[in-house]
Amino acid sequence: MLPEAAAQALTAPAQRRVQGLFKGRGGRWGTSLSVLVSLLALLPIAFVIGVSWQIGWAQIEALVWRPRVGELLVNTVLLVVITLPLCMLLGIALAWLTERTDLPGRRLWSLLAVAPLAVPAFVHSYAWVSLVPSIHGLPAGVLVSVIAYFPFMYLPVAATLRRLDPAIEDVAESLGLKPWAVFWRAVLPQLRLAICGGALLVGLHLLAEYGLYAMIRFDTFTTAIFDQFKSTFNGPAADMLAAVLALCCLAMLTAESAARGHARYARVGSGSAREQRIVRLSPRTTLLALGLQSLTCALALGVPLVTLGQWLIAGGREVWRFNELLPALEQTVLLGVAGAVLTTCAAVPIAWLSIRAPGRLQRILEGCNYITSSLPGIVVALALVTVTIHFARPIYQTTITVLLAYLLMFLPRALVSLRAGIAQAPVELENMARSLGRSPGRALWLITLRLAAPAAAAGAALVFLAIANELTATLLLAPNGTRTLATGFWAMTSEIDYAAAAPYALTMILLSLPLTGLLYHQSKRTAGR
Amino acid sequence: MNALELHALCKSFGSQRALADVSLSVPTGGRTVIVGPSGSGKTTLLRMIAGFEFPDSGSLTLNGQVLVDATHAVPAHQRQIGYVPQDGALFPHMTVADNIGFGLATKGEAHHSRIAELMDSVALDANMARRWPHELSGGQQQRVALARALAQQPRLMLLDEPFSALDTGLRSAMRKMVARLLSDAGITTILVTHDQAEALSFADQLTVMRQGRLVQSGHPMEMYQYPADEQTALFLGDAVVLPARIQAGWADCDLGRIQTNSPLSHGTARIMLRPEQVQLSASGCPGVVTEREFGGNTCTLTVALHADPSHTILVRSAGLLAPPAGSAVHLSTTGTAHVLFG
Repeated sequence: MLPEAAAQALTAPAQRRVQGLFKGRGGRWGTSLSVLVSLLALLPIAFVIGVSWQIGWAQIEALVWRPRVGELLVNTVLLVVITLPLCMLLGIALAWLTERTDLPGRRLWSLLAVAPLAVPAFVHSYAWVSLVPSIHGLPAGVLVSVIAYFPFMYLPVAATLRRLDPAIEDVAESLGLKPWAVFWRAVLPQLRLAICGGALLVGLHLLAEYGLYAMIRFDTFTTAIFDQFKSTFNGPAADMLAAVLALCCLAMLTAESAARGHARYARVGSGSAREQRIVRLSPRTTLLALGLQSLTCALALGVPLVTLGQWLIAGGREVWRFNELLPALEQTVLLGVAGAVLTTCAAVPIAWLSIRAPGRLQRILEGCNYITSSLPGIVVALALVTVTIHFARPIYQTTITVLLAYLLMFLPRALVSLRAGIAQAPVELENMARSLGRSPGRALWLITLRLAAPAAAAGAALVFLAIANELTATLLLAPNGTRTLATGFWAMTSEIDYAAAAPYALTMILLSLPLTGLLYHQSKRTAGR
Repeated sequence: MNALELHALCKSFGSQRALADVSLSVPTGGRTVIVGPSGSGKTTLLRMIAGFEFPDSGSLTLNGQVLVDATHAVPAHQRQIGYVPQDGALFPHMTVADNIGFGLATKGEAHHSRIAELMDSVALDANMARRWPHELSGGQQQRVALARALAQQPRLMLLDEPFSALDTGLRSAMRKMVARLLSDAGITTILVTHDQAEALSFADQLTVMRQGRLVQSGHPMEMYQYPADEQTALFLGDAVVLPARIQAGWADCDLGRIQTNSPLSHGTARIMLRPEQVQLSASGCPGVVTEREFGGNTCTLTVALHADPSHTILVRSAGLLAPPAGSAVHLSTTGTAHVLFG
């Protein structure tokens, strides 16, 4: 999504200067390391292709062309087609209200619009099932998905709205456009990148999520693969479903990249942009807007919190089984920290190369990581199960495999942050350090990595957040006896012991809350505030 | 004696030639200015001397030590060459004192006193030591960058347009301060700039660079008066260029008969005068003012000569006394004209 922009941001002479640096040993090391990480990232794709090859066309036909697959496909497509526009509408409306109007308490509303991210998706559906036990099927899937995922649309749109150049709107208005036309013809087109990015993120979550849909008994590819895997273990049926799911993800990636187009969205002029214009809402619109905000907030935060509270009260003291809860918390934190550190370290050479020596190889490497991370956890998990069983038996069902899955799934989160951090440390500073007598390695350590450290920490925190709430791959890959907060929660709800699951859910939310705050803060900062 | 010797340096970026056969000697303790339009390769040359770029061919010697030749290259951190880039490039995560002390090998009390000494030498107040780079003005940032580069007692100081980000008044003050400081310390200096006024005032030795080549080197006053070609003449300042018939050291042109600096040449050629060599006078070559550009203390007049109205001549005149457009005037010249060859 970003490498081209980053490459263009460096002027041609700067690129050349930088490439001069890469004749050294450090450059070769960096390149080999990033190639290694990217080859690793291709594992799941290789798995899908390899498995299809092995099964053979005749059997693929038998496995894929059957009513069950058709049913799953219809379910999944309907879910995406209905949920995406709703998420877009809600996300854009809330972003506009909090960023561009004088809505009372808009800072608070903007925080509340991001807060639902601290609630794992499967906890959302747990809350709804508790509230309305009969809830199920497509309508339930759409409802909970919109509530759980609209912040992914809200965040980028709000950040972009904040940094748009108000002069463009002024000019549009001076050309005789009415306010609504200004929004439609001048503002919305500039939001295209943000909307596409948000839509892709929501779409990929819809395809990949297991827990949310399993709990409300709505069958998608991911839930079907999971069930298939549970019943036949590593069978061709599950593998083929995974292949179809992977194809769906790739189709979504392609659609997003086509929708993004090639237009330029950066500000063309020089100088810093003025303050944004704030629209005054009439009392009636204000009331309507407040209604929308409160309703969203009630559904996305109120329902999970109230339900959790009810279960906790109903469960009383005995649901707090600290002898189980604390080890789960400890394991979650350990896995999260180890995964975050591993992923961030693996991202360093790639991020470094993408800023210091952008080129075609670099873009291909990043593309590999990006595609893999768009594959659902269940596909990555199946790939790792197959590969470790056949080629690396000793690490099958060990923590190493789990960490590897996290690395493959969450590398881009670390990458995006780290790249922004390294970009803030211009190569000129490293040159200065060298001219002052520091060796290239020391210069990198003293200057660039020191300057990129906050961004690296933010990236690591985002990876930690993802790991702490990860369910599917952990369920499939973790060694026996592993119990994280997410899998512990899942085990309780599978036994329909909803009250006992509540402490796990609450701990997960409390663990995620500060990191969600960080996400909110980071989106403000990228917008230059 | 020469401190730095550049010999036949060549460098291409892809198909684009950045440096073509550049050779130059920089005298010890002197101030050499490389001036050229943007894209002329001057920054590439400077970065090559610093060790951030390496030539495709050619060699580079400092005080007799080979820095780069066909077989080996000394990396930047072992060259002991100071470098001050255009924007200062201060480390944003370090205070002023830490920035200045970055290249110092000393520790403890000696470290602090050396930093204080350096700050004093660039006229920075001692209480600035604990400030952060973003709290400084542009001029202060440049002083810190200069002190930081001075700290390691460089064998050579490279300045890459260090004054261009400053506003006009500050720029000339900074330039004077830096020139005096480096001369007092006896540090050989190379400054790169695209600003001809800055180049002329800072240099002991001036070098004009164009399209990756060094066009001409010499003393600035000499270069201003006797440029090698018309392009250089115009790059170093306004010029009056006229066709003339040369005979026995005198040129006959629209401005009359003017003595030239080359007594031996004959035939037709183009001659160059600086506008300040042409004055309004009571008698002389008649013409009419076609345009008056008021510039405060001086006015630049465009005068069309009666002898050939298609030729216009730039004349400087005291701002408040300049005649308006349409006035009839007479022009006379002082000094010698420079004959341009080629």
